[in-house]
Amino acid sequence: MDLLLLAIGAIFVNNILLAQYLGNCPFCGVSKKLSTSVGMGLAVIFVATLASIFTWFAYHYILKPYNMEFIRTLAFILIIAALVQFVEIFLKKQSKTLFNALGIYLPLITTNCAVMGITLLNIKYEFNFIEVIVFSAASAAGFTIAIILFAGLRERLIIAPVPKAMQGTAIALVTAGIMSMAFLGFTGMVK
Amino acid sequence: MLMPIVVLWGIGFVAAVILGVASRIFYVEENPRIKGVLSLLPGANCGGCGYAGCNSCAEAIVNGTSQVNACVIGQTEVANQIAEYLGMAMVDSEIAVATRDCSGGVRAVKKYEYSGLDDCRAAMLYYNGPIKCNRGCLGLGTCVNACKFGAITMGPDNLPIFDPERCVGCGECVRACPKGIISIISEKSKILHWNQYTECLAPCRQKCPAQIDIPKYIHYIKDGKFKEALLTIKERNPLPLVCGRVCPEPCALACRRTISDDPVAINYLKRFAADWEMNSGQRLHIPVAPASGKKVAIVGSGPAGLSAAYFLCRLGHEVTIYEKRSQLGGMLRYGIPEYRLPKKILDWEIEGILELGITARTNVDFGSDFTIDFLRAEKYDAAFMAVGAWDEHSLNIEGINLNGVYSGTNFLERFHNNESVEIGKNVVVIGGGNTAIDAARSSLRLGAESVTIVYRRSRDEMPANPAEIIAAEEEGIEFCFLSAPTKILNDNNVVDSMEILKMKLGEPDPSGRRRPVPIKGSEEIIACDMVIQAIGQFPNLDFLGKDKSNILQITKWNTINAEEDTLQTDVPYIFTGGDCFTGPGLAIEAIAAGRYAARSIHYYVTDGKIPPIIDKQKSIISESLHQSIVGVAPKPRVHEPIVTLQDRLGTFKEVEGTIDEEDARYEATRCLNCGVFCYNQDLEEQSDAQTLN
Repeated sequence: MDLLLLAIGAIFVNNILLAQYLGNCPFCGVSKKLSTSVGMGLAVIFVATLASIFTWFAYHYILKPYNMEFIRTLAFILIIAALVQFVEIFLKKQSKTLFNALGIYLPLITTNCAVMGITLLNIKYEFNFIEVIVFSAASAAGFTIAIILFAGLRERLIIAPVPKAMQGTAIALVTAGIMSMAFLGFTGMVK
Repeated sequence: MLMPIVVLWGIGFVAAVILGVASRIFYVEENPRIKGVLSLLPGANCGGCGYAGCNSCAEAIVNGTSQVNACVIGQTEVANQIAEYLGMAMVDSEIAVATRDCSGGVRAVKKYEYSGLDDCRAAMLYYNGPIKCNRGCLGLGTCVNACKFGAITMGPDNLPIFDPERCVGCGECVRACPKGIISIISEKSKILHWNQYTECLAPCRQKCPAQIDIPKYIHYIKDGKFKEALLTIKERNPLPLVCGRVCPEPCALACRRTISDDPVAINYLKRFAADWEMNSGQRLHIPVAPASGKKVAIVGSGPAGLSAAYFLCRLGHEVTIYEKRSQLGGMLRYGIPEYRLPKKILDWEIEGILELGITARTNVDFGSDFTIDFLRAEKYDAAFMAVGAWDEHSLNIEGINLNGVYSGTNFLERFHNNESVEIGKNVVVIGGGNTAIDAARSSLRLGAESVTIVYRRSRDEMPANPAEIIAAEEEGIEFCFLSAPTKILNDNNVVDSMEILKMKLGEPDPSGRRRPVPIKGSEEIIACDMVIQAIGQFPNLDFLGKDKSNILQITKWNTINAEEDTLQTDVPYIFTGGDCFTGPGLAIEAIAAGRYAARSIHYYVTDGKIPPIIDKQKSIISESLHQSIVGVAPKPRVHEPIVTLQDRLGTFKEVEGTIDEEDARYEATRCLNCGVFCYNQDLEEQSDAQTLN
């Protein structure tokens, strides 16, 4: 039950994009088409979960014993970058279909703040291993839902009569703001 | 201080080692040629080719899933280098450029209909004013921004204009256009495309069996661009000289101008454009795709066979036509009399088609001279059976086998076989179709004193072209409507007279025409010494019986059995179309069937499977049907020059003439340039509307 609450909280209440404002670059950059946003979302779920597992182990079995918690941000960047590269190499050899589906998005995620943020939040909230998996997968799912919804809106925005000054990223950010306010409605649903 | 650095360095070192080992273990054997091709590509990673970056594009080129000219930035130069590197010969490839199918501008607005009212003010106010179009261009310029090559600009009427020099056919604008009105068109896709409900189609384009872009070519004629006009026609119809003379213009029936005026003389314009080419003495260059290495045999050289041959040849296939008679043309040559379609003109047109690189073999009869087995042995990848409908139905009445009784097709064919055609004094033609009229008018020209057409229904039910009926009446052919022959009387085995029974019209039959019902005791005798019966034709498929290797099925209507959506017969590599599949029809329908079969055959010999057409337009799109047209004043239609009656009789001189350039350009201005529901209003009206706005 706690895990379910944790998942719902991560997806809706503390949505990584709309409540915590992390991962805004792909949110604006890859949300122009529904199909690309789906690909991006799936890649984030995949990488965020894996990265969380690895960083959690690194934190608890390498950094903590040596009292090195304060360099975790730097260490995580290194680990995530290496991990994504490894996954790419691995997929290319082992699963051509998965590589073709996620291939273009994987390098984009290497330096993604949403993934980074999830791994750091895992530490901040002092989750255990199971909770880490649930929380990171749910947070990434929240990211996916938000970016897919947003892509749907942006596909409609293209044909809407938008004033010249507001076209493009400007109207996208305004829309994101309104979506964020809508997601505020979930606050208080889970404590 | 030292410790964190060591730890970070340690993590980095471990990661580097793991990655190094991993790249060794999971090393993917890559074709070295991919790297070679990659080095030739510009490396912009623009994605214009449709692949994720230049690397994927290079891989696709090496694997053969993409063409050497896939790179949209590099263009021909890079494509040549890559082709050279891969050891391929570069042949002229097709240019594909973006076009839009929306004429936009100040067009007629859509009206809000309400409870039978033509225009509901309240509904219009509710929807914030009139809708111009719910399909056409919005004028937002999304495509301008999407184009990486600066090939699109917004024109003065807020419609995108494409620069074919700069367009590389990458398709970015197609993906960006929210209304789906931009498409990448190559010569091949023009041939393979079939009308869809989702397109913006003028009523005439929906009605024309061959789907010629009629408003487009009329627009070109208006601007004096006759070459472009004719090329537009030839995208869909290889026989404009023929159709300009014999087509009964199904398109004109759908012309939106008919709502309050005479239809645009579409066929006069087609004939004008076609004659313009012939009279210029120089043939237009028709683009032909590079050779595909596939061979297709065409059996029959009528309009369906010629059309299929033309389109297959243009798609790059090697085509051979097999014809039973001594000359090509089928019914066009042997069924249509000289005064409607001079043979010199038909020859010129067929010659033009053959010049594209088509081989024709005449005097070879399918079934006796060659068979399906022969076609297989000759390594044909597919065959198209277009043998037409040559056999005449025969009346089952007394005396039908007497001397002096002919069948319509047989009678018309005699003009070409150097057989002497003896003509009677009083000729009776039985039937109400075009063959009957052709036989009657030909008899008159041969010197018959009187020619009577006996038809069992009334004039309104006659299937012949209305123009032909009028011409026959003018020439003095008598019509004996509502009469059915009951017996042919003889004098010494020679036709002497015919007994007819009067009819009246009863209930409509399944075809919608009213059924003739005999009136008892109303027999009459009409004197005649020659009878031509032309009561309908059907395909002669006897050759299928002669061919031992035959496996084609015949339907109960005595036509070749085939799949309607693909024209594929029970033998997968044999296709059919035209009269031998549908029963007797119009030339333009056979031409359309030829292109449809060419599409199926092209996909069959290249891909092995024939993709279905999504949303294929079969009936008129209901939103294109208007009750009235606003802002269009009637404008008189041009008349074509016609040979006087005195000059017609006794010779087979062509009766109808071609309109001149001035008339053609005037007639072209009568076209409303329709979209699916928009159309051009008269200019005065438009400027009024603009000042109001």
